[in-house]
Amino acid sequence: MNFDFSDDQKLLKEQVRKFLTDKCPTKVVRRVLDGEETHADDVWKGLIELGVTGTGIPEEYGGLGLSPLELCVVAEEIGRAAAPVPFDTSVVLATEALKLAGSETQKKKWLPRLAAGEAIGTLATAEGPQPPKPRSIRATFGGGRLNGRKLPVADGEAATFAIVLANTGGSGDRAVSLVLVDLAQASVERTRVETIDPARKHAELKFDGATAELLGGEGEGWRLLERLYDAAAVYFAFAQVGGAEAAMWMARDYALQRQAFGRPIGSYQALKHKLADCYVKLELARSNAYYGAMMLTDGGADLPLAAAAARIAATEAYDFASKENIQTHGGIGFTWEADTQFHYRRARVMALSLGGPMAWKDKLVSRLEQKNAA
Amino acid sequence: MDFNDTPEEAAFRKEVRAWLDANATRKSDDKQSFRARNDDPNLLAKAKEWQARKAAAGYARITWPKEYGGRGGSPILQVIYQQEESNYLVPLGFFDIGLGMCIPTMMAYASPEHLQRYVKPALHGEEVWCQLFSEPAAGSDVAGIRTRAERDGDGWVINGQKVWTSGAHYCDYGIIITRTDPSVPKHQGLTMFFLSMKSPGVEVRPIKQMSGGANFNEVFFTDVRVPDAQRLGKVGEGWKAALTTLMNERLAVGLPAGGLDVDELMELARDTELDDGPAIRNQQVRGKIADWYVQQQGLKLTRYRTLTALSKGQTPGPESSIIKIVAAPKMQDMGAFAMELMGQGGIMREEVPHAAGFQAQWIAGAGFRIAGGTDEILRNIVAERVLGLPSDVRVDKDVPFNKLK
Ligand SMILES: Cc1cc2nc3c(=O)[nH]c(=O)nc-3n(C[C@H](O)[C@H](O)[C@H](O)COP(=O)(O)OP(=O)(O)OC[C@H]3O[C@@H](n4cnc5c(N)ncnc54)[C@H](O)[C@@H]3O)c2cc1C
Ligand SMILES: Cc1cc2nc3c(=O)[nH]c(=O)nc-3n(C[C@H](O)[C@H](O)[C@H](O)COP(=O)(O)OP(=O)(O)OC[C@H]3O[C@@H](n4cnc5c(N)ncnc54)[C@H](O)[C@@H]3O)c2cc1C
Repeated sequence: MNFDFSDDQKLLKEQVRKFLTDKCPTKVVRRVLDGEETHADDVWKGLIELGVTGTGIPEEYGGLGLSPLELCVVAEEIGRAAAPVPFDTSVVLATEALKLAGSETQKKKWLPRLAAGEAIGTLATAEGPQPPKPRSIRATFGGGRLNGRKLPVADGEAATFAIVLANTGGSGDRAVSLVLVDLAQASVERTRVETIDPARKHAELKFDGATAELLGGEGEGWRLLERLYDAAAVYFAFAQVGGAEAAMWMARDYALQRQAFGRPIGSYQALKHKLADCYVKLELARSNAYYGAMMLTDGGADLPLAAAAARIAATEAYDFASKENIQTHGGIGFTWEADTQFHYRRARVMALSLGGPMAWKDKLVSRLEQKNAA
Repeated sequence: MDFNDTPEEAAFRKEVRAWLDANATRKSDDKQSFRARNDDPNLLAKAKEWQARKAAAGYARITWPKEYGGRGGSPILQVIYQQEESNYLVPLGFFDIGLGMCIPTMMAYASPEHLQRYVKPALHGEEVWCQLFSEPAAGSDVAGIRTRAERDGDGWVINGQKVWTSGAHYCDYGIIITRTDPSVPKHQGLTMFFLSMKSPGVEVRPIKQMSGGANFNEVFFTDVRVPDAQRLGKVGEGWKAALTTLMNERLAVGLPAGGLDVDELMELARDTELDDGPAIRNQQVRGKIADWYVQQQGLKLTRYRTLTALSKGQTPGPESSIIKIVAAPKMQDMGAFAMELMGQGGIMREEVPHAAGFQAQWIAGAGFRIAGGTDEILRNIVAERVLGLPSDVRVDKDVPFNKLK
């Protein structure tokens, strides 16, 4: 039985943690939240130097060629710091999409630049306040041209390229394809959109006949997206676990220090039991995330189920810890000044960016049905 | 990461499997249980017989030192044995308290002569032990017990009452926590003993449980004489001894094996028609199934994390403290929900596929949330030991016991 990370992986985790503790304290998150910058470029550059952007990219494409387990421990630390950097978009979604569906030419062109931190990639699926479905996607791609609007797109302003879900004329689930588009074109317009988490900037992307190319087969978009989301769900789960743990300890530290009615508030059971529940949810999430990591590494047949379980558990753990962290802080927790808001905002952004828990629960049961039928 | 055995573990598993194949019947499916199939009055005799065979082969307590009939093996080997044994139809459950809690407490405090006398018969299933801690006025707050032990010559005289004592009606010995000095605060005036359940003055009255069975008891003590040599630990240090027992309880209380779970719930949901079609297609039902699947997996995988530490010879982290907090309410809630799927008919105690099983879990879950530390006490423990939050205000902590209201 070896259901744990290796000493080397733990060392890597410590290293990233130390870097983020030094270079990405909460005041950096606040700087981005309050300011105009698209992301904390100083932190991002440091992460590039540490090799984070190349972690999962094979050596032949200029990366470190490490296993998914290494990227999982890195993701946990990024989540713990609520780091305002394009990690989930560029290092997870764009990189994994290229690895999954990219042609040799596409991989050769983009992966080395992603590894070196010279390019930032993102994924653009949503078109406003409605979960994207093959039949509802309005953006179109044909004859090498992309037209339509995508919003909200995480890191849409900072990104060098985007992978866009677009209609290519097929029917049913085959109506959509993934399309890779270089964003440095006159026919691409980017506008910032306000979201619930200004520490992770989002944009609207408008394509007016932009030059683009298929990523993966035509009509394969939905199927590829599903596979991409399974991998991403595991990395996101680690980031969510890191964030949940940070929120839990923030609440605990405050509960030890704040007095009410002549006692530390942490001595009241209403709080103790709530924080114990944070711990319970966190450990359930961690265990499910570990299994997701294991399945990612082996290309395990159980990945679809493991990813869904990790996603559901981690989303719940992060939502719960981040909201009860505010609650534990009382009035001060509801101020702009307090650091409690960072995890609350990030938890919801992460919960919705690959589809929310309701959709994943439905998916999980479908996958269970398939497994049981097999 | 992998779930594989080390070569040593694999060899041991193979050896265990061969022995089990030769000595027991393999279950035809993993939900089968000896207890459910054999609703017969000779269950205890059969369990004793199985225990004796197991002990003779050296599998009864793998982590115990060889001198006590163990193998001096690592905890992971014990787990491997139990994993394998759970695939066979054998009668279990009668010796868990004795071997998991009572005898380890004896090992920490009893004299070499007593260990010589008692450990082997317990291990071989010849003598069964019970835990005499809870009382009508003291369960979670065990240190508040009132059963008195008073000095009399070279022995002690015990008067009082215990309750919820699992197995007392068939047990031969018990470890008992008593109050020897009511004039000091509650934790300081306690002393632990072991005694024969056949001692004059011990009266056991079974209590019928909500489940209909009668596995726990009231135990009355009237002028029961116990020699001083049967004292476990120093006079007034019974709390320390009790903590030894309770720590072993935490290790022993695990997942109830072989109950109905998500697979059966899905089967039921497939076979049940709601207004809008099969229940399995209903989004609310799917949401619940998913939540319980995530918990079921989370518990199993958390266990694997603990086993990983054991396998590497490390001390496990605190993660296993979540297991009963999640498992017990899950049993109760899932049972209730499964019954709801069947509509009003879900209340009928008859053999609709799985109905009886889910009803049984709904009932047993109510007890499981209490036994071995209630949900609330376990949350306190996580909050205090894992998160380092302050302990509750204890108004009675420094007051002499006989001055408490
Ligand atoms: C939007 C808003 C508007 C407000 N407007 C006003 C106003 O107009 N006038 C005004 O006077 N005040 C106002 N308040 C203050 C509000 O009444 C306090 O924030 C609230 O009473 C909590 O007190 P606290 O912030 O000091 O938190 P604390 O009392 O420090 O509480 C911190 C945490 O400890 C918990 N806690 C504290 N004591 C116990 C206990 N005994 N048992 C269990 N848990 C406990 C709390 O539930 C909370 O989770 C406002 C607050 C907000 C958020
Ligand atoms: C099936 C079963 C088998 C058992 N077997 C044995 C046995 O073999 N030997 C033995 O000694 N005992 C045994 N017990 C007893 C068991 O240990 C106690 O029932 C348990 O510790 C709770 O004690 P109590 O019943 O006195 O409830 P109480 O302690 O009175 O608790 C009542 C309620 O108050 C809550 N409560 C109490 N204190 C606190 C607190 N500080 N904070 C918050 N909430 C609190 C509890 O959580 C519970 O909900 C068994 C019980 C069951 C159900």
